[in-house]
Amino acid sequence: MRYLCLIYDDESTVSAMPPGASDAFMQEYFSFTDAIRKSGHYLGGEALQPVSTATTVRVRNGRTATTDGPFAETKEQLGGFYLIEARDLNDAIQVAARIPSARMGSVEVRPIMEFDRP
Amino acid sequence: MTQDEARAREVVEAVYRSDSRRVLATLIRLLGDFDLAEEAMHEAFATAVLRWPSDGVPDNPRAWLVSAGRFKAIDGIRRRARFDASLHRLVEQFDREEAGPSVGDDDTVEDDQLRLIFTCCHPALPPEGQIALTLREVCGLTTEEIARAFLAPAPTVAQRIVRAKSKIRDARIPYQIPARAELSDRLDAVLRVVYLVFNEGYSASAGASVTRHDLSAEAIRLGRLVVELLPEPEAIGLLALMLLHESRRDTRTSPEGDLVLLADQDRSRWDRARIAEGSALVQRALASRRFGPYTLQAAIAAVHAEAPAAEDTDWGQIVGLYEVLLRVEPSPVVELNRAAAVAMRDGPAAGLALVDAILARGDLGQYYLAHSARADLCRRLGQTEEARASYRRALELTRQEPERRFLERRLRELGSEPVSRG
Repeated sequence: MRYLCLIYDDESTVSAMPPGASDAFMQEYFSFTDAIRKSGHYLGGEALQPVSTATTVRVRNGRTATTDGPFAETKEQLGGFYLIEARDLNDAIQVAARIPSARMGSVEVRPIMEFDRP
Repeated sequence: MTQDEARAREVVEAVYRSDSRRVLATLIRLLGDFDLAEEAMHEAFATAVLRWPSDGVPDNPRAWLVSAGRFKAIDGIRRRARFDASLHRLVEQFDREEAGPSVGDDDTVEDDQLRLIFTCCHPALPPEGQIALTLREVCGLTTEEIARAFLAPAPTVAQRIVRAKSKIRDARIPYQIPARAELSDRLDAVLRVVYLVFNEGYSASAGASVTRHDLSAEAIRLGRLVVELLPEPEAIGLLALMLLHESRRDTRTSPEGDLVLLADQDRSRWDRARIAEGSALVQRALASRRFGPYTLQAAIAAVHAEAPAAEDTDWGQIVGLYEVLLRVEPSPVVELNRAAAVAMRDGPAAGLALVDAILARGDLGQYYLAHSARADLCRRLGQTEEARASYRRALELTRQEPERRFLERRLRELGSEPVSRG
């Protein structure tokens, strides 16, 4: 079953890291990604630019309304994601717990909806 | 009904009471779906009522029921698959699989019960969903019984159960005993559910609480089952804690429903059998050297339970146990309890200094017991005005009627004393 792991971090904490710490943090991410590639969990994943670059789009009555910023202002922001293949929720939780940001921020694990398409 | 039929029906009813939860646990594993398994279990028992009078009671009724339930469920799916193509895959899967590990095998059956408990108490389910699902599936309570016990409307409870089952299915929460590495965290979640059920029954006051008493009994039964299946020290500690609390239940309130403090309870009415069992379990858990907060709280309860009179209480030991508990699980409430024990060991002034330090940090400002403890210490020191102010603060913060009456009584007692000496 596929799960999306959404990584929420406080951007200000991450950007305030001293260079040495942030390099080490990135390194941890690289080795985590390598590890879940090897274990067969990895399907995809990206880091996102900060929420200051976000644009929210809505279409109402056929008109497109574009606003600056993320959908909702929160203390922690969506900073990246992994799409993983896991046996079940317990397996997915174990993978999510190893994402380096899980120690500072939080990781939301969402099962992917599967559609039967002809 | 002939005599044989009547006897067979009695056997079916007895097996239902003793084994229906185990049959259900195994059917959930075999069928992979809660609702399907429940339906299959009921069909299996219905078939038993029809067949056992003429065929005789099988040697292993539980195995018979599991096979019958599984057969009925697969048969039903096969019939429906003729009209619903999406079920074909499920039928093929059932045809490929044999019945899995032998259904009569006791180890597998015990594992199935543990699987069921861990699945119902999965931390990915909301807490109220965990409780409702556990009482429904593991304990076999009806939705109406759960609703009555928790003073909640039945449709609310039913919805919690439906949502929990949907999440198990949609997020694919597996039907399994957690791996070693996760076991301790996951067992904590199970024990939390058991203790919440117990407290829900225990903290209710006398009077309209008959059904809630049953809830504590249910929690103890569940605690026993967990210990039987997985004798981990903290599971043993929690069972001990519940038994020791339960041993005093009848003396905690007066016939009028007023609170009776531990020191004033009629110890001759404490349940000695429960105390003996609880104390033995505490020893067993402590001997493991892997104990935690439940065991330590149970050990404290055991020291109280074993004192023949309140003044014989070994306060030194209780203070020591609270200190270990504080190291294992630091919390201001535990600090407050330790302060109360210090007051008993070293006198009220020593206790008051600790309580004031806790309150000064602001942690327990909204906790009525902190103010009522402070009031009690001031009263014992003759600081009547201080005592009165703290009882009033406590009174503002409590919502339970027996607690209010207790605090009002204390205030009245102070009122009759000469005003302000401190």
